[in-house]
Amino acid sequence: MTKTAERPRPLKEKKNKNKWNSKNQWKGWLYLLPALVLLAVFTLWPIINTIRISFMVTADGSGYSYALDMRHVPFHFGFDNYAKVAAYGDFLNCLKNTLLLTVITVPISTMLALLIAVGLNSIKFLKKIFQTIFFLPYVTNSIAIGMVFMAMFTMIGVTPGMEPESIGIINKIIEAFGGQRIDWVNQQSSEAANMFVLCTYIVWNALPFKILVLLGGLQNVDKQYYDAAKVDGASRWRVFWRVTVPLLSPMIAYVVITGFIGGFKEYSSVVGIFGDSMGPITHDYRWDTMVGFIVRNIDLYQGRASAAAIILFLIIFAVTMVNMYVSKKRVHY
Amino acid sequence: MKVVLKHLTKIFPSRNKKDKNAEVIAVNDFNLEIPDGKLIGLLGPSGCGKSTTLFMISGLQEPSGGQIFFGDDDVTNLAPENRGIGLVFQNYALYPHMTVQQNILFPLQNLKGENRLSKEEMLTRASEVAKLVQIDEYMDRKPAELSGGQQQRVAIARALVKMPRVLLLDEPLSNLDARLRLQTREEIRRIQRNTGITTIFVTHDQEEAMSISDFIVVMKLGVIMQTGKPQWVYDDPANLFVAKFLGAPPINMFTGRVEGGKLYIGDENVYDVGDIEDQEVYVGIRPEGFILSPEGRLSCTLTGVDVMGRDISVVSTNANSRNPAVRSIISADEMKNITGDTVRFNLKEHKLLLFNKETEERVYFGGQVAAHEEILAKMEAEGQAYVKHEGPLPREADDKPKEAVVIEDKSFIGKTKRFFGDVKDFFAGIGEKFSKKKKPADGAEETAEDESSPAPADSAEEGEDKAE
Repeated sequence: MTKTAERPRPLKEKKNKNKWNSKNQWKGWLYLLPALVLLAVFTLWPIINTIRISFMVTADGSGYSYALDMRHVPFHFGFDNYAKVAAYGDFLNCLKNTLLLTVITVPISTMLALLIAVGLNSIKFLKKIFQTIFFLPYVTNSIAIGMVFMAMFTMIGVTPGMEPESIGIINKIIEAFGGQRIDWVNQQSSEAANMFVLCTYIVWNALPFKILVLLGGLQNVDKQYYDAAKVDGASRWRVFWRVTVPLLSPMIAYVVITGFIGGFKEYSSVVGIFGDSMGPITHDYRWDTMVGFIVRNIDLYQGRASAAAIILFLIIFAVTMVNMYVSKKRVHY
Repeated sequence: MKVVLKHLTKIFPSRNKKDKNAEVIAVNDFNLEIPDGKLIGLLGPSGCGKSTTLFMISGLQEPSGGQIFFGDDDVTNLAPENRGIGLVFQNYALYPHMTVQQNILFPLQNLKGENRLSKEEMLTRASEVAKLVQIDEYMDRKPAELSGGQQQRVAIARALVKMPRVLLLDEPLSNLDARLRLQTREEIRRIQRNTGITTIFVTHDQEEAMSISDFIVVMKLGVIMQTGKPQWVYDDPANLFVAKFLGAPPINMFTGRVEGGKLYIGDENVYDVGDIEDQEVYVGIRPEGFILSPEGRLSCTLTGVDVMGRDISVVSTNANSRNPAVRSIISADEMKNITGDTVRFNLKEHKLLLFNKETEERVYFGGQVAAHEEILAKMEAEGQAYVKHEGPLPREADDKPKEAVVIEDKSFIGKTKRFFGDVKDFFAGIGEKFSKKKKPADGAEETAEDESSPAPADSAEEGEDKAE
């Protein structure tokens, strides 16, 4: 009896200690307050409101918009916004473009970044200069880069009655080598040509961050692994695949996941190259993307835009989950 | 496989290309013949070039001069993978993403052409090696799931699996705890005996080298100081450095001189050394070379008696000792001879080592001459030539004084602290100058003190310069 009576005492003391701690927790919260307020106002509330708006519909089935809200039209819960978005031809085009660009550019840019990072890591001479060159896109405005790309690929001189004349540097180079100029981004341009320009731009723009991350990872790899591989007679190619890539796999996974997320949010590249029309002048919205769809709808059809945003979020979420699952299986240690 | 190193030299260029004097000679004219199937230890303090020598043998570093032979093949310009070596790194360098089995298989999978084995052969070979080093139960684990000793054995297995002609181990035991070190070094010995592969291992721990090597190579500043069987090198050190480097507890060193066949430490004639030249000498006496006796000829002041396990050691001081304390290991019977504060010792001939003060090389006397020649003859008989470096050996007297290592705190706080420290020194310097000016007025005594200590004022001025 006495034993059981004595036992709870230490527990009680522990409890008191916790209480004492929790009393002081307000200090921690106080320090966090500025950040929490900003988060709540600019992140948390917009998220909640987006979800709310995406489910708001009027009695006659049109979605939420400020105009209707101003006229105090009553809204109720419904899926009409989503139904409208899904039925919209443009949206499917946006979805297709976004997926296509992401699926093409992420693997290419990751592989290129890996090769460049390995290359940069193994040279000593001019290393810093090359690092700076590769890092340049990261510190440059992406719209500005897009416009430069447009200028490089463009072909002007299609005024009726006049012979078209190449002025973009790419076509000039092609012509210098005796090739036929290609309409990359102008009126007559094909989808494939547009795609090539877009992908080049996106890959080039995505490289610096990836190189930076991978180079950082490479510099942390113990040199002795390479010495050991050398003694064991591994060829360069085998060392790359059996030693470098596995040891870098956490970094590669990180780069791929962030690459996919960034890819689904693709917008500024298209705007940079094609302007607001999101495509060659004769083919408006040919390269419209998910974010482009949201941006275009946000002025008048906020309900539709919100629904699209939620769909985009769900897609990114699902893809990231798949990525995480795959990387858990493939990423070593 | 016999390994022969001829005039092997490694020079690291200085960082500052203009300054030719700053280049580092890591290995200096290294000549050595390692007989087939032996385990040899490269022993020396850190920075003596032993790892560089090993890496040159492995091919990972290119020699600046000299040649390396495996058997009759000149491998000097061969790439590491073509030399047929197994190398175990200090921190093992096991691939963390591969299992033990994959790690061991890795060298086999790299083989090309005729040498390439079938999958089954590879697996059999891997499991054979794993059994040899006793890690066959852990084949599916990753290195991170193994203890240090097990990782070490995996590393050895990986080095052994392609049946190297020479096995190289770089500080193989330094990452293990004391008990595991004892166990693993026996393990290495056993594996080496079983395989019969010529093995070279690098260590800075003399006990480690002494315990498992067939013979040891003692190095200093890239130069071979002495080679031989561990016990021979211990009993018959050729120079001051080897005598001081080998032995635990370390040898006791005194300054002394030989005059008319008598050895003096201070004013005491401690031993009659017979017919050798008069000279200034360093006198080395192994801790076990003392006989405690009331009539002993060397007198020391007793500071204490340590009983550690089965050893009784008498700790004393002597004005001419180069060590802070003279440590002598004696038997329990002799304990009764300790009376009062002064202990007296007689010395054993073969534990009393004389070194010329100028050359720091050994001066043999009496029975030691014959003993030395006997050892030389034995080495000859075992096919291991007594290697003597051509040219002068690095002397202790030429050692650069150790510079105090100043670790600079490069953070903002560190910089601020240093700045205020400098400012403080600056004002302290000024203050001292003023107080100095005042002092002579106080009396003659303080003037004398003033003259004897100009140093602090100088250093304060240096501090002032830094602050500027």
